[in-house]
Amino acid sequence: MAEITNQNNKDFIINSILLNDSENYTKDILDKLSFIKRDKVTFPVITVSQNSCSIITGTQNLTQIIKDYLVERDIKAHVIEVGSLGICSVETLISVQLPGKTKLLYKDVSEENVIAILDGNFNNYIAEENVFCQFRNTMHEPYENLPYLDEISFFSNQQRIILKNCGIIDPGSIDEYIAFGGYKTFVKAIRHYTHEDVCNIVDESNLRGRGGEGYFTGKKWKIALNTPAEQKYLICNAGESDPGAFMERLLIESDPHKVVEGIAISAYAIGAKKALIYIEWEYDLAIKRLSNAIQQAKEYGLIGHDILKSGYSLDIIIKKGAGAYVCGEETALIASIEGKRGRPHSKPPYPATKGLFGQPTIVNNVETLVNIPIIIEKGANWFNSIGTANSKGTKVFSVSGKVEFVGMVEVVMGTKIRDIIYRIAGGIPKNKRFKAVHIGGPSGGTLGEEHIDTLVDYDSVILTGASLGSAGMVVLDEDNCIIDTVKYFMNFLQKESCGICIPCREGTRRMYEILENISKRPKDDFGHTTLQRFKGVMQLENLAEVIKDTSMCGLGKKAANPVLTTLKWFRDEYEEHIFERNCSAGVCQELRTFEINVEACTGCTLCAKKCPTGAIFGTPKNTHFIVQDKCIGCGICYETCKFSAIISK
Amino acid sequence: MPDIDSILEKYSYTQHDNLIPILQEIQDDFGYLSKEALVKVGDYLKIPTGKIYGLATFYSQFRFEPKGKYHIRICNGTSCHINSNFIILKELKKKLGINDGEVTKNGLFSLEETECMSGCGFGPVMMVNEKVYTRLTLEKVPEIIHFYLQIENE
Repeated sequence: MAEITNQNNKDFIINSILLNDSENYTKDILDKLSFIKRDKVTFPVITVSQNSCSIITGTQNLTQIIKDYLVERDIKAHVIEVGSLGICSVETLISVQLPGKTKLLYKDVSEENVIAILDGNFNNYIAEENVFCQFRNTMHEPYENLPYLDEISFFSNQQRIILKNCGIIDPGSIDEYIAFGGYKTFVKAIRHYTHEDVCNIVDESNLRGRGGEGYFTGKKWKIALNTPAEQKYLICNAGESDPGAFMERLLIESDPHKVVEGIAISAYAIGAKKALIYIEWEYDLAIKRLSNAIQQAKEYGLIGHDILKSGYSLDIIIKKGAGAYVCGEETALIASIEGKRGRPHSKPPYPATKGLFGQPTIVNNVETLVNIPIIIEKGANWFNSIGTANSKGTKVFSVSGKVEFVGMVEVVMGTKIRDIIYRIAGGIPKNKRFKAVHIGGPSGGTLGEEHIDTLVDYDSVILTGASLGSAGMVVLDEDNCIIDTVKYFMNFLQKESCGICIPCREGTRRMYEILENISKRPKDDFGHTTLQRFKGVMQLENLAEVIKDTSMCGLGKKAANPVLTTLKWFRDEYEEHIFERNCSAGVCQELRTFEINVEACTGCTLCAKKCPTGAIFGTPKNTHFIVQDKCIGCGICYETCKFSAIISK
Repeated sequence: MPDIDSILEKYSYTQHDNLIPILQEIQDDFGYLSKEALVKVGDYLKIPTGKIYGLATFYSQFRFEPKGKYHIRICNGTSCHINSNFIILKELKKKLGINDGEVTKNGLFSLEETECMSGCGFGPVMMVNEKVYTRLTLEKVPEIIHFYLQIENE
């Protein structure tokens, strides 16, 4: 690194790369670029995956440990922190690139085993347990008998366009981002394109908002562009807040400059001089990397007053969200930035004409904005060639739950759900049976085996009653109960409802209560409780329809989705809970039945004393037994027995 | 020692959109929003305290009591839920005798249910202050609590 100082780097990058309109670089420039990109290394380079997924495995000090190790052994090497490759289940990943050799990737690295792995690597011994794969690079000598990254099914079945740099580049280095082609499109746009040009390209590309509604981005932008105003705003919505999605967080942590570039181009397109990033307060690492990226872009003159003498000025600031799911709705988000409660208001007026502080405002989500640089670079036709008829491009999903490989994946629109679950995420672990997949978080829907061949695009998913929504994909296996999962979402929604309109505030609460009721056993069997429960389900369907039709904002309109889809596709499971009072997955705790293991019971009488309904009979020092008709399934006996003699079924 | 006035000085008193950032900064420094803090912010921005309290209770970030010495954050994301985090949560509540958002009487433990902590591959996940616990099972819960109690006893 010594031969190029930072100042030199900056001038070189700005003059020879960003302001250089020719696509063909001289050999000198190419050499410098390949040096920054670490194509050929003179020292060993170690990258350490540091993102919220890897840190949760307890490896926040890994970089320091590696640095200490290198100092101790007197090994000259570069250590770089990178974001996430997307494959979370095998975190923490480190890669080692020795001069002349291909880059080697190790999985499941912890603070304990890292020294042994590195020791081995520097002494020509590769730790078999931890080695994952190698990166393909024809210029270097490969390792024998080791798969390449692009041969691993998690990666080979994806098409990584916007995630291309994730986990590869240093998120803290603007030079590296530019060397990999970044900011060039932004500079080209502000120097050679008008606002209308950029809007037109995006409009022709048929890019649809990745936030859930699926509205055409270019059309929305044109409304804001054509509304005369003193000030216009672009807001990047990075408040994921879906409890089962994490891809935007990882994306920002892995490639923050791409987010900044996407925002900068989009702000230019609508003529906004101010852009805001609304990000969840809990995403500390993402906020840190994003602020750093903005700071670096400012130092390079890519953000600020009169950017590269083009006459265009832009300021980007970060606003930390205080935690409210409803703030994913654009009008609520705007209210929150204005310092009010995050409550939506009815549309129109749409934010595109009257938004933040009464000025035209465009709210786009992170993934939408990250798509922009490449669309402007490669053109609308290129983008139109990817995907299905009405959904163009790729889609990023976070796949979690009962799958082998949890992670962030990017697939072409129109990929089958089955392929994502089985070919990319590696299927269901422990040979369990697939039960359902829940798409789109609390506002999404649950699909069963018969819909697993549905294509992921805006239209096909809507037909099943679910929605792409936040694109969190959670897989359930035979050990999960559908009622319980829906109850979980309903509980979440009734807590998060902003309370401004009655259908949503009261409706979600009532739906939660009905679900709570059918996953419990009645205290007694008088008063036709079975009939009441069945009526509950009938009402559930009614209620769901009313909430859907009469709520004001997206949260309420979609709140019924989990209930409606499961009632449609998993009705038998509801019936089992209601009529047979049985949860075959064994999740609904209050529907469990208990038996006493005759051999283990010592006759201590403790369970009989504690039983609230007197369902346990027996004399001291003799085996006890449970009368099933009296049992309400509270589980107190199960918890009190000191001899594990009570079996739950 | 952090103080509220120096935080307030950084923000313009005419702009009401500073309210949430001010509250966030106070909570970052003090760990919670005290009554005095809310009154002071109200005086500064000329907003009724009741309005500020209403706003602060709307957002899940803000808390109004100090955290316990050992602040337990348990992930209640979808993936952790389907990996049966509710069993862990129930056990924790039983063992500590507190609910979500509460602090034990001796001020040692506080409990907070959070949204996804990005540990979806290793659920159920829980954090005690900065220490992460992954792949939790029912048996581990008493051990973990015991561990912290033991530190206290020594």
